[in-house]
Amino acid sequence: MRRLTWLVPALYVLFLLVPIYWLLNMSFKSTNEILGSFTLFPREFTLANYRKILTDPTWYGGYLNSLGYVLMNTVLSVATALPAAYAFSRYRFLGDKHLFFWLLTNRMAPPAVFALPFFQLYSAIGLFDTKVAVALAHTLFNVPLAVWILEGFMSSVPKELDETAFVDGYPFWRFFGRIFVPTIASGIGVAAFFCFMFSWVELLLAKTLTSVNAKPIVATMTRTASTSGYELGLLAAAGALTIVPGALVIYFVRNYIAKGFALGRV
Amino acid sequence: MREPGALPELQPGPPEAGQAGGRPAPSAIRSEAPPRRAPADGRTPNARAWWLVAPVVALVAFNAIVPLMTVVNYSVQETFGDNVFFFEGMKWFREVLGSSRFHQALQRQLLFTGIILLIEVPLGVAIALAMPRRGFWASVCLVLMAMPLLIPWNVVGAMWNLLALPDIGLLGRTLNGMGFDYNYTRQPLAAWATMVGMDVWHWTSLVVLLAYAGLSAIPEAYYQAARIDGASSWAVFRHIQLPKMKRVLLIAVLLRFMDSFMIYTEPVVLTGGGPGNATTLLSIDLVKIALGQFDLGPGAAMSLVYFLIILLLSWIYYTVMTRDGGQ
Repeated sequence: MRRLTWLVPALYVLFLLVPIYWLLNMSFKSTNEILGSFTLFPREFTLANYRKILTDPTWYGGYLNSLGYVLMNTVLSVATALPAAYAFSRYRFLGDKHLFFWLLTNRMAPPAVFALPFFQLYSAIGLFDTKVAVALAHTLFNVPLAVWILEGFMSSVPKELDETAFVDGYPFWRFFGRIFVPTIASGIGVAAFFCFMFSWVELLLAKTLTSVNAKPIVATMTRTASTSGYELGLLAAAGALTIVPGALVIYFVRNYIAKGFALGRV
Repeated sequence: MREPGALPELQPGPPEAGQAGGRPAPSAIRSEAPPRRAPADGRTPNARAWWLVAPVVALVAFNAIVPLMTVVNYSVQETFGDNVFFFEGMKWFREVLGSSRFHQALQRQLLFTGIILLIEVPLGVAIALAMPRRGFWASVCLVLMAMPLLIPWNVVGAMWNLLALPDIGLLGRTLNGMGFDYNYTRQPLAAWATMVGMDVWHWTSLVVLLAYAGLSAIPEAYYQAARIDGASSWAVFRHIQLPKMKRVLLIAVLLRFMDSFMIYTEPVVLTGGGPGNATTLLSIDLVKIALGQFDLGPGAAMSLVYFLIILLLSWIYYTVMTRDGGQ
């Protein structure tokens, strides 16, 4: 009985891999083969779909746009969340609890509610169809999350560290930059991971706020799917390529995943 | 950028400075920390901390308050185009709250959220309990399980679309080959099953990772003590593992509730809300009204009701759960 417990996670991982395998399988087939026959492996193995994506600017431009606003958003969210999380973890000030809760309520706001007003707001200030607009819009849910995660990690650092440094005569910002930030480096990594993740996977706001110049890859995919009919091989290849950045990021934070998903609050 | 030392007031200076005789201590790490009188929660009162939260408040206020006020504005007005608006009071709210379309979308939403919570939470806990606690295979499990979480949501939809197509998808073809009549584009039940399967595939890992994190924090001594007492594995689960996982499971359920209540992209790509309106959840209906038909007033009123429902349910859940935990 005990010997068989490994079967549970093994079966679950298998279940997770089946759709990914099918996507990869399709991405190496030509559209004719996909529609014409049903095979578990590509019979005429082709890289044409990938070649098309990596050489056509409307396709690879979408990847660059997406990576651009995701990185901007991650840097912006973590940089602003760091001092705020420090304040929430170390100081009491007027309205701190209400402010913290208000920040979290923005994580509960459905993007569908904000799609139209965001479109109008960013058009009005002339940022429509720029990467900056998407990066700013995604801070709506990423900043509260980053503050929440970082606050958890910071609160597990003993307060003695701060006090000792101040007694030693460190000015606040030098203590913060030289001592405190390196101490919670793993927490910053986890927060950045989450910001990257939620900005990378979001489609509704990214699509609403862009049209041509900053169009993200996810929007390119949905539009291609609807306009050029059944180019399934191409769609599958584009989908397979969107998994790559996520897989790389997971690889880098693999040692912190478990603690990170607990948001530093085990 | 502010230069270093611009915020000297942030230093909780006086008591410690007195202890150290007014001079900075020679080393950064001292063996004896000075005694201090910390407030109940260990935080120092400091009104200037507002400067530290100001950037976050500015950023989120810009993104939340301006659009939210726009929505509130629309929700009480009627327009016939040309930027001419008439005040309508509570008309749209009465219309939305009384419409059977909204009731049905809300019912579908509650049903969906209920089903996926009932599947994903027990399943996630079971998988976390069966996972290796440390070592190579634990890392392999964690990395592979985190994969679905980082796939863009429309790709998740497209992936399941390709998997479930009755003629060329692996799942659809297999089910039909086994004699089931399965076509998720025509049968509401099949569409629901596929949508639930997709969400279980996509998000169970989040529950697993959170539960696993909770389990990893249990010291080995607890298990040894249980073994000496001859506790059954159910007793170990009930009295050691479950209490230790409680905090993270609270977060897991809250996140899964909120995110499943806001779900939009995956079902839209998979089923487009169909067949008919069978899988039209709240977000899908809202986008149809606000961006599809451009009915600003009803769309805005529905947005606010929708947002308030999430806030209210989250608040009730959180209050009930943490109150029981405190006793």
